[in-house]
Amino acid sequence: MAVVTLQNVRKVYAGDIEAVKGVSLDIPDGHLCVLVGPSGCGKSTLLRMVAGLETITSGSVAIGGREVNEVEPADRDIAMVFQNYALYPHMSVYDNIAYGLRNRRTPKDEIDRRVQEAARILAIEPFLNRKPRALSGGQRQRVAMGRAIVRKPQVFLFDEPLSNLDAKLRVQMRVEIKKLQRALGVTSIYVTHDQVEAMTLSDKLVVMNAGRVEQVGAPSEVYRRPATRFVATFIGSPPMNLLDGVVEGEGRVRVDGAVLDVSDMRAGLQPGHLVEVGIRPEDLEIVGSASNSVSLPIDFVEELGATQLFYGALGGQPFVVQAGTGVVPADAKSLGLRIAAERIHVFDRESGQRLGRVAETAAA
Amino acid sequence: MVERRHWFSDMLPHLILTIGVGILAFPVWLAVVGSTWDAGTIANGTMPLYPGPYAVENYTRALGHGGRSSGEPVGMLMLNSFVMALAIALGKIAISMISAYAVVYFRFPFRMAAFWLIFITLMLPVEVRIYPTYQVVAQVGLLDTYAGLAVPLIASATATLLFRQFFMTIPPELVEASKIDGAGPLKFFKDTVLPLSITTMAALFVIQFIYGWNQYLWPLLITTRPDMQTIVVGIKKLLVTQDALTEWQIAMTTAVLAMLPPVLVVLVMQKLFVRGLVETEK
Repeated sequence: MAVVTLQNVRKVYAGDIEAVKGVSLDIPDGHLCVLVGPSGCGKSTLLRMVAGLETITSGSVAIGGREVNEVEPADRDIAMVFQNYALYPHMSVYDNIAYGLRNRRTPKDEIDRRVQEAARILAIEPFLNRKPRALSGGQRQRVAMGRAIVRKPQVFLFDEPLSNLDAKLRVQMRVEIKKLQRALGVTSIYVTHDQVEAMTLSDKLVVMNAGRVEQVGAPSEVYRRPATRFVATFIGSPPMNLLDGVVEGEGRVRVDGAVLDVSDMRAGLQPGHLVEVGIRPEDLEIVGSASNSVSLPIDFVEELGATQLFYGALGGQPFVVQAGTGVVPADAKSLGLRIAAERIHVFDRESGQRLGRVAETAAA
Repeated sequence: MVERRHWFSDMLPHLILTIGVGILAFPVWLAVVGSTWDAGTIANGTMPLYPGPYAVENYTRALGHGGRSSGEPVGMLMLNSFVMALAIALGKIAISMISAYAVVYFRFPFRMAAFWLIFITLMLPVEVRIYPTYQVVAQVGLLDTYAGLAVPLIASATATLLFRQFFMTIPPELVEASKIDGAGPLKFFKDTVLPLSITTMAALFVIQFIYGWNQYLWPLLITTRPDMQTIVVGIKKLLVTQDALTEWQIAMTTAVLAMLPPVLVVLVMQKLFVRGLVETEK
């Protein structure tokens, strides 16, 4: 168990391709930190640098206060779970789990004790003598986890461990990973491109894009106060609606002829400043045809069971509204919408930065 | 596919296959039959197409004494061939596996150059480099030795390429998992690459054993002592005789005996051989 500290970590590949552009991060002891971002954002590279599978171009990686830049992966006291499990196909489940311990010359009875314990925790005892190819995807995933936990490492590294599983199993394993991580209290770094996985698993969420960290925070904080336009559209499903707008005055933005009141907007912005207004599909209030509402013509409806998604356009820009099933009459041709001033996010149109408070503590 | 069955469409593939098998098997059958008749019957051109009564006599004579013209017992020739083929097959597997491992898993200077040099040797089989190779073998004093028979034929671009292709299908995550599990390059080779390569090794063994067994020109060149000859060379010697009738029944017997070890190797290793060529166990 240890604190993991990254300081200005960069990775430049041959041909001057900068995959990771200076990332600094502190992961407190026992926390599960999720790195999330689109493919090619550098999240896997960052994880592999912590694992020691990629060299670090500059900056430093420290595990438990010890800099490990030049330390071999086997000596970093980490364990990794790979996307394709990377089980040794010719070894039994038992040998797969025991292999790392044997290479460390752990006494035989100690190995056996630890393997049995891991098998019990993961409920894979009946399969210990089988080969990996005789196991289902979920079982293989458990074996891969078993291989990680018998080592009793200081840090767990997960590289998209659930991507090869079907949707139902993924949800189930997600819960198990979280429980297991909590129970063992081992500091963990988890890479995924799935924002739902990221939201549900993380104690600390790191959103990455194009080799940089866009935002770090608790998942609820990142969701409620996205620091950039990228984070706003990446976290949350369906993604946040964005509308072009112009600052009208203090706390007021003009969008497509209407003027919206915004409670969370940086002071001192000049009227005429070009902004983008972000509104989450689930933050809209449906008010029928009240006088102070905006009307959204419905193009089509998606049924999700408990909720419905209404697709339309406002001022020529696509717009989605989420509402509980039954709230809107089935034959409705348009929606009357109202939005609370504190639910509106404002971003600079040029830089994409949030023009308001980011940190939760500063909120009123 | 919906297939309309008709007696003719059922028969046609069988007919074609039967013709093919016939063409391939007839000479073999002729050799087997020839090894069971006496010299006179074969020589006057009236040999029947069914086995005759001289099998035991022919085989004991061939194994124990050999033909008049070669004078070496077939048993000894077969032993020589066997040692040579085995050494070539095992040597090729060992050398090519190690070089493929180096080319695939290590980033050393001139790695691609090394790979292409190996690749180019595909164009240099023994027949092409036979004179310099002979010179070298003669000068290091390996004429009439098993080492001289086997070593020059061991380097193999084909096997190296095959292993390289196989190693490249091993997921890179296995290497990384091994690194994290504390296994260095040698341990990874021994614990993971070697066990995974068993079927590939078996397939190569079959191919290379037969290649070694069938060598003719090279053993002919570097062996002078009759007791170092191989069986393929021995058959040839039986056919060319001076002032005497070719002992066809002994030549046929020797030919049949020469066929046996490769057939046995294929039969024994058939399962592994097929798996090694088609399936990768990952």
